[in-house]
Amino acid sequence: MSDLTKLTLKAALAGLKARDFSSVDITKAHIEAIEQARGLNAYVLETPDHALAMAAESDARLARGEGGALEGAPLGIKDLFCTEGVRSTAASKILGNFVPAYESTVTSQLWRDGAVMLGKLNLDEFAMGSSNETSAFGPVINPWRRSGSDAALTPGGSSGGSAAATAADLCLAATATDTGGSIRQPASFTGTVGIKPTYGRCSRWGIIAFASSLDQAGPIAKTVEDAAIMLRSMSGHDVKDSTSLPVEVPDFASYVGKSVKGLRIGVPKEYRVPGMPAEIEKLWADGIAWLKDAGCEIVEVSLPHTKYALPAYYIVAPAEASSNLARYDGMRYGLRAGGPSLTDVYEESRAQGFGEEVKRRILIGTYVLSAGYYDAYYLKAQKVRRRIADDFDQAWQTCDALLTPTAPSAAFALGEQSDDPIAMYLNDIFTVTTNLAGLPGLSLPAGRDAQGLPLGLQLIGRALDEGTLFSLAGALEKAAGFTAKADRWW
Amino acid sequence: MSEKSKLIQGRTGPWEIVLGLEIHAQVASNSKLFSGAAVGFGAGPNEQVALVDAAMPGMLPVINRHCVEQAVRAGLGLNAQINLWSRFDRKNYFYPDLPQGYQISQFKDPIVGEGVVEVERDDGTIFVVGVERLHLEQDAGKSIHDLDPNFTYVDLNRAGTALMEIVSKPDMRSSDEAASYVKKIRTILRYLGACDGDMEKGNLRADVNVSVRRPGAELGTRCEIKNVNSYRYIQQAIEYEARRQIEILEDGGSIHQETRLFDPTKIETRSMRSKEEAHDYRYFPDPDLLPLVLDPAWVQSIKDSLPELPDPKRKRFESQYGLSHYDAGVLVADQARAAFYEQAAAGRDAKLVANWTVNNLLGRLAENGGDIETSPIPPEDIAGLVKLIEDGVISSKIAKEVFDHMWAGEGTPAQVVEKFGLVQITDTGAIEASIDKIMAANPDKVEAAKERPQALGWFVGQVMRDTGGKANPAAVNEILKVKLGL
Repeated sequence: MSDLTKLTLKAALAGLKARDFSSVDITKAHIEAIEQARGLNAYVLETPDHALAMAAESDARLARGEGGALEGAPLGIKDLFCTEGVRSTAASKILGNFVPAYESTVTSQLWRDGAVMLGKLNLDEFAMGSSNETSAFGPVINPWRRSGSDAALTPGGSSGGSAAATAADLCLAATATDTGGSIRQPASFTGTVGIKPTYGRCSRWGIIAFASSLDQAGPIAKTVEDAAIMLRSMSGHDVKDSTSLPVEVPDFASYVGKSVKGLRIGVPKEYRVPGMPAEIEKLWADGIAWLKDAGCEIVEVSLPHTKYALPAYYIVAPAEASSNLARYDGMRYGLRAGGPSLTDVYEESRAQGFGEEVKRRILIGTYVLSAGYYDAYYLKAQKVRRRIADDFDQAWQTCDALLTPTAPSAAFALGEQSDDPIAMYLNDIFTVTTNLAGLPGLSLPAGRDAQGLPLGLQLIGRALDEGTLFSLAGALEKAAGFTAKADRWW
Repeated sequence: MSEKSKLIQGRTGPWEIVLGLEIHAQVASNSKLFSGAAVGFGAGPNEQVALVDAAMPGMLPVINRHCVEQAVRAGLGLNAQINLWSRFDRKNYFYPDLPQGYQISQFKDPIVGEGVVEVERDDGTIFVVGVERLHLEQDAGKSIHDLDPNFTYVDLNRAGTALMEIVSKPDMRSSDEAASYVKKIRTILRYLGACDGDMEKGNLRADVNVSVRRPGAELGTRCEIKNVNSYRYIQQAIEYEARRQIEILEDGGSIHQETRLFDPTKIETRSMRSKEEAHDYRYFPDPDLLPLVLDPAWVQSIKDSLPELPDPKRKRFESQYGLSHYDAGVLVADQARAAFYEQAAAGRDAKLVANWTVNNLLGRLAENGGDIETSPIPPEDIAGLVKLIEDGVISSKIAKEVFDHMWAGEGTPAQVVEKFGLVQITDTGAIEASIDKIMAANPDKVEAAKERPQALGWFVGQVMRDTGGKANPAAVNEILKVKLGL
């Protein structure tokens, strides 16, 4: 029955509903696959007993002809989502064995719709990273390898566990979060589909905060339609999150397969960065051609403030993080270290509990908010943010969506960029703009590089217009015909 | 009080104190500013703590509409600008009773802007204090240092409770003025129901900014005295601090801006931290919260529902009831007093009711450490007492005796009069008999009174004594005049 793990979410849901197999069957298949794939380090916590109990309940509901939109489907949960009674760590030592007494809104909606939790997925510590190497549990290994090489590659980050688990069939789909590209870049590196919806589409309640004004949950899935099915369950207004949008949740999957004829696709010239691999240039050109073939009109657009996006992001995100992470002080939960004095406890708990990248960002954030620097950094960055949003508003005058590469490279080797924070930060160059502007961005696999590694294209849409992105992504998915899977070596 | 007498005499000449206050008033609310946790006095430690109050990972604040309404009410009560767009900021610092590692406050864009408050000094003269702003913020929890020699305990019940911080302009010039200003703010907030004003529980407390200068000179360097929670302490802290600063300046030193603590047992202020040690709070807009946008129609509806405030009420008491400025002031100082008074005064001699309420009832209550809420005498009994006087059933003198019985809980005025036989003698026969007896016994005084009508008073006094005070004084006067041929 191990074939069950190869199913798409959509196919699995149909099979479950038709009682071709049970939720326990497909859950067991995934549990076995996870056990065999421990070398990937995708899960930081496997919850097989929990999963089987949930699966049995799903089967009972299915037997009664009941069941929600995700009934019986086994999923992986990024360990940034607090799960009631199940250890939640943000891949940080500072949370230790923290077990929340509450369930995040997004995951509670998944369980409401009948999904099954397989376990908690690895990530960069507090979602800060682009390679999953900052995790206190060690990096996730990308199931993909360069042809003819067994060098371990990064699955990207921060949602590296979510992307790798989905790519390696260790779950039907996974939850993820995206603050500057943490859903889309890993999706691009692993041949999976990921969407960061409009800011406010998914509740942040119960998701461990990195940068509140940028953080947004979304799914990583095997297909565009699977991502749409997941996003529908994850979305919705939540009165517990003041920044959650009071809007209806569309049936996103209904947009997949819709004609894209007549849609105007913007190609932003500023995204042609120097040093971008020719393969990515070509992929982008392919994407443009495919959409043209599908009846889209291609227009060149300008987003003149793009070059300031990354610096602005690396001011705003650390500023918010420095404050959001102040609560990890060794007082109420998680790691507590140090001597008899209060200052000792603060210093030692935080010194031992946080990893290097998190400390770097707390320091940057503390610095840019300091008296005398606030105006020059934080305030300036907020102004840049406004300009970037204005750029997009301007673009929407002439186009309905944008097409860009997702990341400036394919998956790189573990250790390759970890000594160079700036090189690492450049991974987000095409993705941070949408976080700064609060817009939806979707990455889908569209081709492979010369070494056989997957490459992604990104679609960016108007606020709350995920529907158009799903239609366009559906068209691209069909045209690209990307069906490759990583050869199983683990 | 003249301008001059507010000055402090130093060794080298006169000094002027300049005072600005930051009043922290706990918003009267059943739940906290950003969580549904209960607010209340007397719960066990850490029993009133929501997940967000304990800063559990991933928890988010949601603004409490009721607290916003109270802040708007307070702003309107202070004749202040209501800002339809305001925003919450994070004030970052580490302390164990601050679980988030930041206090959610309003730094740059407060909900209420400038206003003015008229305050009366003890001598009845008026001064005006400008209100710089009023903003909403979270209170911190409580650190308990004295339960254990080695550990500090933290109680988060108060963490996240809504406070209004009311910042004055440096418009006060004496400790008396500062105390009067706090009293006035407290009265207004209590009228509005925005804060219960309970200073003993710390529900209203002040940070006092003190500086001194030569009269007419530029503002001096200020020191801030934190968390003073009684009128007396506010006055003591200011007096001490001003003297301290004057001494330093007169010795040729200079004042360093710093935060100080008031020690009520030693009656002195002590340095807490200097400007150099001051925290860099790294304020920035809280990204978990949207800007607070108020609907002007909602603000108007709050304005329309405000109760009558102390200043207009006082003016009304003066004009409607003919009360003295002083009596009206005493009565409106507390909403319950004013309501008591108006209930008692209905249909009665309003000035007489004010006399009895202010001089007798409130006086007696104050002697016993109480106020109108604890009065053993209900307003209808004050009304009853005044009616007995009006009807001539008892004299004012007897009324005092009746009042004592009422205070002792011995019944309504009518019952007391009945029980103790205190009915006034209006029977002219009895009065005449008494007068005749006294005149017969004092022929010399009778002669004298005929020469000098002022001596009439002596006879009145004798008659009153003879009748045990029960004789109607008006009747006594009248009969005496006839009998003495005046």
